[in-house]
Amino acid sequence: MGLTFNTETFRGDFTFHNSPAAIRRFPFPFDRDDYMYSVNMEPHVPGPKGTVFEHNFDVDEHYLSEMRDRALVLAEDPLRCQSLPHMTLAGWDLLELIMESKARDYPDLFELHKNGNRWHWINRPMQIDQSFTFLDETTLPYGPMEYITRQAQGDFTLQDQRDDNLWIEAGMVTTQADWSLDFDIGMGFHEWHAPVPKAHELGVFDRALKFLLKLQHGAPVRRFNWTMTVDPLLDTSPENYPVWGPTRAMITPGNVGSRMHLRVELQTLHRLPRSNAIAFPIRCYLIRFDELVTIPKWGRRLHRVIRDLPVELATYKGFERNRATMVDYLARFDDGAPTSPGWMPDPE
Amino acid sequence: MTKTDFPPSIRSRPVYGELAYRPGSLHLMVADGEGANALVDLVARAGAEAPGLLARAHIIYMPGPNGTDLSAVVQALGAAQFHRSPSYASAELRLRKVLADARMGLQVYLAGTEGLIGQAQREAMAAGLPHDAVQTEHRGATVRRVQCVHCKGITENVRTDPFVCAHCGLTLFVRDHYSRRLAAFQGVNIDAEDPGKVPPLVERFT
Ligand code: HEM
Repeated sequence: MGLTFNTETFRGDFTFHNSPAAIRRFPFPFDRDDYMYSVNMEPHVPGPKGTVFEHNFDVDEHYLSEMRDRALVLAEDPLRCQSLPHMTLAGWDLLELIMESKARDYPDLFELHKNGNRWHWINRPMQIDQSFTFLDETTLPYGPMEYITRQAQGDFTLQDQRDDNLWIEAGMVTTQADWSLDFDIGMGFHEWHAPVPKAHELGVFDRALKFLLKLQHGAPVRRFNWTMTVDPLLDTSPENYPVWGPTRAMITPGNVGSRMHLRVELQTLHRLPRSNAIAFPIRCYLIRFDELVTIPKWGRRLHRVIRDLPVELATYKGFERNRATMVDYLARFDDGAPTSPGWMPDPE
Repeated sequence: MTKTDFPPSIRSRPVYGELAYRPGSLHLMVADGEGANALVDLVARAGAEAPGLLARAHIIYMPGPNGTDLSAVVQALGAAQFHRSPSYASAELRLRKVLADARMGLQVYLAGTEGLIGQAQREAMAAGLPHDAVQTEHRGATVRRVQCVHCKGITENVRTDPFVCAHCGLTLFVRDHYSRRLAAFQGVNIDAEDPGKVPPLVERFT
């Protein structure tokens, strides 16, 4: 399939970049010219070839560099990966889901061989060759969730289901949009969503929870979330806010195109077979404004979305202070022409 | 003085009720400061059940963070077991033991400040008590127990917003986002984006 992995950084000199192909397959999250919270979930079924939806777990050109960045975050702060004691089985469920998906979808990169509970996993890009016993923690160098999520792009949380609620009780969270696993672990669905403006009043969380409690094994769903990030920093954690916060004060008309990034999370939800927990992979895609506007439809539409976004949402997402600068920049790419429905780029 | 009425807030912020007698095999009451008055009211409202309630009551009481010490009032209730503790920290092992020994029918009553209620509630949950076996009533100081999201240190009895983290020294604003596992609100650096631009520390919790 000819995937070549970028050598790039998400910190320091920030050499992260998207190839032209990566720009075209970017999951632009807006299917219309405005945005408001809604229960935006659809079946996570395989999408067109080449898109980020083609496979259950997308592996792209950033894979190896993202895994290096994750290792750096974990070395600095082991609390970014936590699992309450009763969540180990869900960790095995997740390991199985990821290994089976990747071995099926990317046979030239990953292999999984099973002989009863004796499993053999090969991750070629990361040069890992591991034999282990499924469900026996002592045969892996980390717990099952940590082991597999050190080899999978995106954050992951595991929710136990009881008392008609979901409880966030395990997670690998190093590429988060400003929330703390260490603080939120153990909370219920409405508690961890408490800081979100407007959506509670709109009934979004009541309806989303009701839907998720009935999620079936083998019928995963997906949704988008998005925000803005200055510089391609994956680790915008509250823990490190004093480190990255000052960059929000550095945006100027001259640098907004090269430093401001649209940050899109492709979130999927999977019922797990043994534990009955729900796995929640949160895959983060970054794109610089000046990369994004190379797709005319996206430049036009992003201008309108950002210009008209309710102030509560822009404040919550942390870009209200830079909104005017962003809108001025994007306005140059909006000729006022109508945009076509859906998020796909227009054919050239 | 009666129970504290807090303004409406976000969904993670705890809400408190009013203690009411419930039949049980053991009544564990933990209170600090003005929480003493909530226990007095609980007993008064129990009416004819009061003698039975007190005969099976174990009270752990400590002065509040503002210095209020109503030990004599609580002791005068005449519970089967009364223990005065100088602080929550010094009461914690005793509390754990009582919870660990508890049988079916234990009722837990927590009254006083949020720091006390939150920490005692956490112990009750850790001991596996069903949620509805624990009642809470807020009385007295509204000072907060806050975790610094940066250094993870917990500052007790925070009165101002923002405040200075007792551990790392960053100036933090106090969110209503609350973790029951940590029994703490979240504190976030207020001048992260504009270092040095710190607004005055305003007394918000008294
Ligand atoms: C069950 C797995 C889920 C987990 C673990 C999760 C976790 C989170 C977290 C930690 C936040 C940040 C809250 C903060 O500010 O501290 C958040 C935001 C949000 N979540 Fe979820 N969530 C889940 C599912 C959903 C679903 C199914 C919906 C569907 C409506 C949803 C809608 C939202 C929205 C609208 C926001 C605000 C995002 C923004 O504006 O940037 N979440 N979620």
